[in-house]
Amino acid sequence: MANVHQFDVVVVGGGGAGLMAGLYASKTAKTAVISKMYPTRSHTGAAQGGISAALGNYEEDKPEWHMYDTVKGSDYLGDQDAIEFMTNEAIDAVLELEHMGLPFDRTPEGRISQRPFGGHTNNETGKPVRRAAHAADRTGHMILQTLYQQCLKNKVNFFDEYQVLDFIIVNGKAAGVVAVQLSTGELHTIHAKAVIFATGGYGRIFEVTSNAYAYTGDGPAILFRHGIPLEDMEFFQFHPTGIYKLGILITEGARGEGAVLINDKGERFMPKYAPTVKDLASRDVVSRAVYTEIKEGRGIGGKNFVYLDIRPETVNKFAALDGRTNPDGSPVLITGDTVLLKIPDIVDFCRVYLGVDPVTQMMPIQPTAHYAMGGIPTNKFGEVVIDDKGTAFPGLFAAGECACVSVHGANRLGTNSLLDIVVFGKHAGLKAAEYSKTVEFEKLPEDAESASRSEFEALRTGPGKANVYDLSNEMKKVMFSEVGIYRNEKDMQSALEKVRQLKKQFKDITVSDTGKIFNTELLNAWELGNLLDIAEVVALSALNRKESRGGHSREDFPDRDDKNWLKHTLVWKKNDKLEIGYKPVVITKHQPKARVY
Amino acid sequence: MEITIKIFRYDPEKDERGHYETYVVEGDENDRVLDVLELVKGKTDGSLAFRRSCAHGVCGSDAMRINGRNHLACKTLVRDVGANITVEPLLGLKVAKDLIVDMEPFFDNYKKMLPYMINDSPLPADGKERLQSPEQRARFDESTKCIMCAACTTACPSYWASDEYYGPAAIVAAHRFIFDSRDEGASQRLHILSETDGTARCHTAYNCTEACPRDIKITKAIGEVKMAMITGKLD
Ligand SMILES: Cc1cc2nc3c(=O)[nH]c(=O)nc-3n(C[C@H](O)[C@H](O)[C@H](O)COP(=O)(O)OP(=O)(O)OC[C@H]3O[C@@H](n4cnc5c(N)ncnc54)[C@H](O)[C@@H]3O)c2cc1C
Ligand code: SF4
Ligand code: FES
Repeated sequence: MANVHQFDVVVVGGGGAGLMAGLYASKTAKTAVISKMYPTRSHTGAAQGGISAALGNYEEDKPEWHMYDTVKGSDYLGDQDAIEFMTNEAIDAVLELEHMGLPFDRTPEGRISQRPFGGHTNNETGKPVRRAAHAADRTGHMILQTLYQQCLKNKVNFFDEYQVLDFIIVNGKAAGVVAVQLSTGELHTIHAKAVIFATGGYGRIFEVTSNAYAYTGDGPAILFRHGIPLEDMEFFQFHPTGIYKLGILITEGARGEGAVLINDKGERFMPKYAPTVKDLASRDVVSRAVYTEIKEGRGIGGKNFVYLDIRPETVNKFAALDGRTNPDGSPVLITGDTVLLKIPDIVDFCRVYLGVDPVTQMMPIQPTAHYAMGGIPTNKFGEVVIDDKGTAFPGLFAAGECACVSVHGANRLGTNSLLDIVVFGKHAGLKAAEYSKTVEFEKLPEDAESASRSEFEALRTGPGKANVYDLSNEMKKVMFSEVGIYRNEKDMQSALEKVRQLKKQFKDITVSDTGKIFNTELLNAWELGNLLDIAEVVALSALNRKESRGGHSREDFPDRDDKNWLKHTLVWKKNDKLEIGYKPVVITKHQPKARVY
Repeated sequence: MEITIKIFRYDPEKDERGHYETYVVEGDENDRVLDVLELVKGKTDGSLAFRRSCAHGVCGSDAMRINGRNHLACKTLVRDVGANITVEPLLGLKVAKDLIVDMEPFFDNYKKMLPYMINDSPLPADGKERLQSPEQRARFDESTKCIMCAACTTACPSYWASDEYYGPAAIVAAHRFIFDSRDEGASQRLHILSETDGTARCHTAYNCTEACPRDIKITKAIGEVKMAMITGKLD
């Protein structure tokens, strides 16, 4: 072990959650942030629409409303203690970002500007409320930049372009991680007292997705192989408005600004499905509506897409019909310039990828796999909990999309993830630093890197029958079509078998590149192994849950079943077998009731 | 359609120097150049190395020379560049392997700009946001869009001539703070940029502005920084 480094706290991931954790941990503990990409390239930078907080900068709003909306959005599967904690911290979290320099858009009074988003409402009127603080349609980019800048200012240690391959456990406690430096291919051991995983999502198990190539579930997969359970993996969010075929996201902020969904008959169809908030219903509801329109033959030209229409004449017409007004009470009257000002990046995406100009043309969209509600189970301090009794794994923490606190339950509300990463990233950082003060370093094993070395060795020396590109495409196709927006027993069973078969074939992979420097072929193969492990857990969890709730909609069990299924799923790997368990949902203020928008 | 793609290849563990390989793949005119590279890597030569992540022009990973000009491979469609494509690494940064260049000098220059909010004044007494008018916010909007892809800096003849020059991307980063009404570090940054490796090296070649995939008017931004240096004014 030539390359050993020692830190009190090591953070795996340089996205919003990882940077926030690194920033806070480094205040009191020697901390390093490891990231497989330069941190500024993390997928937090792709987030568009906004970050929620009941600032009330335009109209009355309260954290309690934010809490209720989040509970309702989660289809009552979110843990209410954690949700309340998050929505109470939201206002300070957003203000802190502003104080760090984040360039939010501004109200005429110079305060942080806010826009409506799906599922965020005034709890008295039921109408959409302006809760999403935003910086044009690149809020995530600004968050990522700002946090990275603060980390530079505070001299946080970075290991850029190092990919973590393994988690080291000694005496049942966290003892560090093993990583490969991409530019040299050398393995490094980072010896630590506390480890925080913040590796983001795993949407690359699906064919059509808004997620980056890097979203391969490395963190959850590594921990899962070490016997740590994964929670609520059946809940994956399909965002209703992805660019047709490409899956690139068109922010819900577009509908927040007044865009509507239109079918082949030229009809605005959302009022049929959500009479009160219409196009601003929760994402699972809108995605199912789009899917249903397509399935019943009302996709455009009979194809797999519908239109999203933000042309000023359309927006103004429906705003008048809906009685929507500006904050000062005047009628909504937007122009082409408003569109350019509010969603400039979306306009750019449509022009570049579709040759469509949203100011004068409608945008072809279809639902796209977007966000993992499930993940590594944690409590609200970011401590990883490994059973149904809340037992924490000593020294192990997780935050961000890879974690499941659970504040999003069965369906995440838009803008709540950016909030999640900031709030829980911070608390994981604080808690990990605090923990590191209470323990000594565990002694590292003789060869901490041996497992990683043999994983690589296996990929280099397989019989060469299978190809990463083909296996990965097969997995994505089957997951998207059979464990997608609507699910049923037969399809999921077949998907699960297919994934298991692909896992067998994966053992036969050979990587042709024998080099060490930037061997991206080897790393992509290793990542595919992670995706396959995750896909199996997603399919199994989905098959197991015999009800419909939030993002999990079963044709064969169309109703929510609180009597039997108001509980979280946990899946463990034990002796090469998958084992399913459950844990109760924390319900404090809001008893489950029917969910209508 | 048939796409012919000629790619610069260099494996430091095997090759003395770089060379080109040509691949012919079946693709679509709406494919991104990145999709074509993925296809070559997936189907023909797994060892081909390039960076990528978001695949839609927001992370800054895959800036490279496509038919001689800097572009993001994920934001360039076959229909824009035609079915005969040449892909090479960025100029001015050391090639690490194939299309991957060493980004460290680039990020080092960024870090020299004090790229973070400097404001030691007390926060508003109510604990709320520092106020900023929409006009003040608009003043530096352009330069907040930068994704640090390095397309500009590596298209700049002054940077090719001397890599001591901080380069346009670093100046854009400085601009983002210099013109932010909440920031108090403008004089420090202007001082750094007035050194020999700063704005004096910019000869307004406009290559940067043309290369920027985020359509940032970089030359204009550099001009504003130069102006602020001369006049000491920030509006
Ligand atoms: C297109 C899009 C738009 C979105 N818009 C919004 C929005 O408007 N509002 C909202 O609230 N949410 C939004 N979301 C969701 C939200 O952006 C993400 O859930 C959130 O940013 C995830 O942050 P993170 O810090 O957990 O992960 P990321 O920012 O993805 O960071 C993951 C980090 O982990 C590192 N990493 C991964 N694996 C390894 C490894 N093995 N070794 C070392 N490092 C590793 C990566 O390099 C990266 O730095 C959007 C998501 C997408 C895809
Ligand atoms: S200014 Fe433009 S070209 Fe230069 S690094 Fe930023 S985004 Fe890339
Ligand atoms: S892959 Fe992110 S910019 Fe091209």
